[in-house]
Amino acid sequence: MTLYRRRRVRNFVVMGLSLAATAIGLGWLALILGALVWEAFVGLSLSVFTEMTPPPGASGGLLNPIVGSLIMTVIAVVIGTPLGMLAGTYMAEYGRHSRLTQVVRFINDILLSAPSIVVGLFVYEILVYQAGHFSALAGAVALAVIVVPVVVRTTEDMLVLVPDTLREACASIGMPRARMISHVCYRAARAGLITGVLLAVARISGETAPLLFTALNNQFFSLDLNAPMASLPVVIFQFALSPYKEWQALAWIGALIITFGVLALSIAARALGTKETVL
Amino acid sequence: MTMAENTTPLTSPTVVQRAPLPDGPLDEKISVRNLSFFYGDTKALKNVNVPLYSGHVTAFIGPSGCGKSTLLRVLNRIYDLYPHQRAEGQVLLDNEDILNPALDLNLLRARIGMVFQKPTPFPMSIYENIAFGIRLYESLSKSEMDARVESALRRAALWDEVKDKLGANGLSLSGGQQQRLCIARTVAVKPEVILLDEPCSALDPIATAKIEELIDELKTDYTIAIVTHNMQQAARVSDYTAFMFLGELVEFGPTTKIFTSPSERRTQDYITGRFG
Repeated sequence: MTLYRRRRVRNFVVMGLSLAATAIGLGWLALILGALVWEAFVGLSLSVFTEMTPPPGASGGLLNPIVGSLIMTVIAVVIGTPLGMLAGTYMAEYGRHSRLTQVVRFINDILLSAPSIVVGLFVYEILVYQAGHFSALAGAVALAVIVVPVVVRTTEDMLVLVPDTLREACASIGMPRARMISHVCYRAARAGLITGVLLAVARISGETAPLLFTALNNQFFSLDLNAPMASLPVVIFQFALSPYKEWQALAWIGALIITFGVLALSIAARALGTKETVL
Repeated sequence: MTMAENTTPLTSPTVVQRAPLPDGPLDEKISVRNLSFFYGDTKALKNVNVPLYSGHVTAFIGPSGCGKSTLLRVLNRIYDLYPHQRAEGQVLLDNEDILNPALDLNLLRARIGMVFQKPTPFPMSIYENIAFGIRLYESLSKSEMDARVESALRRAALWDEVKDKLGANGLSLSGGQQQRLCIARTVAVKPEVILLDEPCSALDPIATAKIEELIDELKTDYTIAIVTHNMQQAARVSDYTAFMFLGELVEFGPTTKIFTSPSERRTQDYITGRFG
């Protein structure tokens, strides 16, 4: 066999394996999405968005967990994003060569991969146990603890990607550093920074473990941050494990809502990422 | 004109005939004295002494790695952005040592502008690219600002190409236009000295010609230093030329002299293309 033919055969084999791997990966995804849509679509109706979670055997909706998830996610992002952005900015802009940055980056990476149930237990210990009751605020804090390392990581990575020549250009017209970061570096990295936040939202919107120990659940509609609050993941967890048909159907619908919510966020992130930055 | 006068010296790329340099004492805008520069432990500049004369263009030539860009980066202390880089000696700007650690670098850099090898427009509109720098140190009314932006773009020979799309992103321009935008941005903040670090290396001959014309025009108001690998360019645009080699300043003098009768063997070898 000539060298050329051998190379073609090898190319063919590797190409085939790659295609097979892709097909398997995408196949599972399609199966999951298919099952989700199949199971959830039957029960999908307007009442899902207008009624509360029902007691066993009755019909109802998911309004309280949907609102609860939105509230806690928004609070978590509002707490976590500034913290993460500031830390990431320090690491990329001010302390890029400092020892502190290396230490923070190392700890942040640990936090990034920490099991979320540990985060839940931690917040349970410092907030729920001290207060004596579960609360939505504790849930939001637990989610914020998960948001921070994601945002720190993406902020640092995205700012490091901003070329140093751009920083030199800023410096060369006498631009102070703070101005350079806020007006030029953030702007140059804007798409990446937003993507980071959306990734963090996607990550926390499916988290169950940290909420089990903090926000717990609430069968009723509640906007009280100091009281337990329902959330989609926890309701899915509870309803899916239950023996009641109506609850199981609602769990499927909840899963569908989260999945499409995250999908919409990913598409938004992608769209923002490719959009040209204009003033 | 006799034949002899008309003959270009063999040692030289075309030297453009220019107005004779003034006889009187020249005003040294910047004086570099015994300057050494270190990247960590590597000594990149060795005891360099060179003046930059007010209202003139000084070209720095020499093979890659000879320290010409490094020298330029000392003059506005842009090297300060990075750790483990330090300078020793004196660099006097109007008799004030800019290597003084207590110096306000932002104010220094507002006086000494720099244009880089690669165009670096800010990620904002063409208008904002210019106005942003001006706003750092001056507060102007809308009409004053419009006038300043226009005059800066005119000086950089870019106005006619962009006047109808000032709101477009600076990054949407071509490479040559981006570089002229960067020059306009530098000029707009009214510095006293402009440092050009191989400003044409990424440009085609037409854009290069435009920028060279621009340099010639700008020198009436500014003191200009240009680093270039292109010896024809050095000959075309500069009044004085400094030849550097391995971190040392080998020879400095009027451009016509450096290109026609250099006193150093190494200078002659370099400009005739024997090494480098």
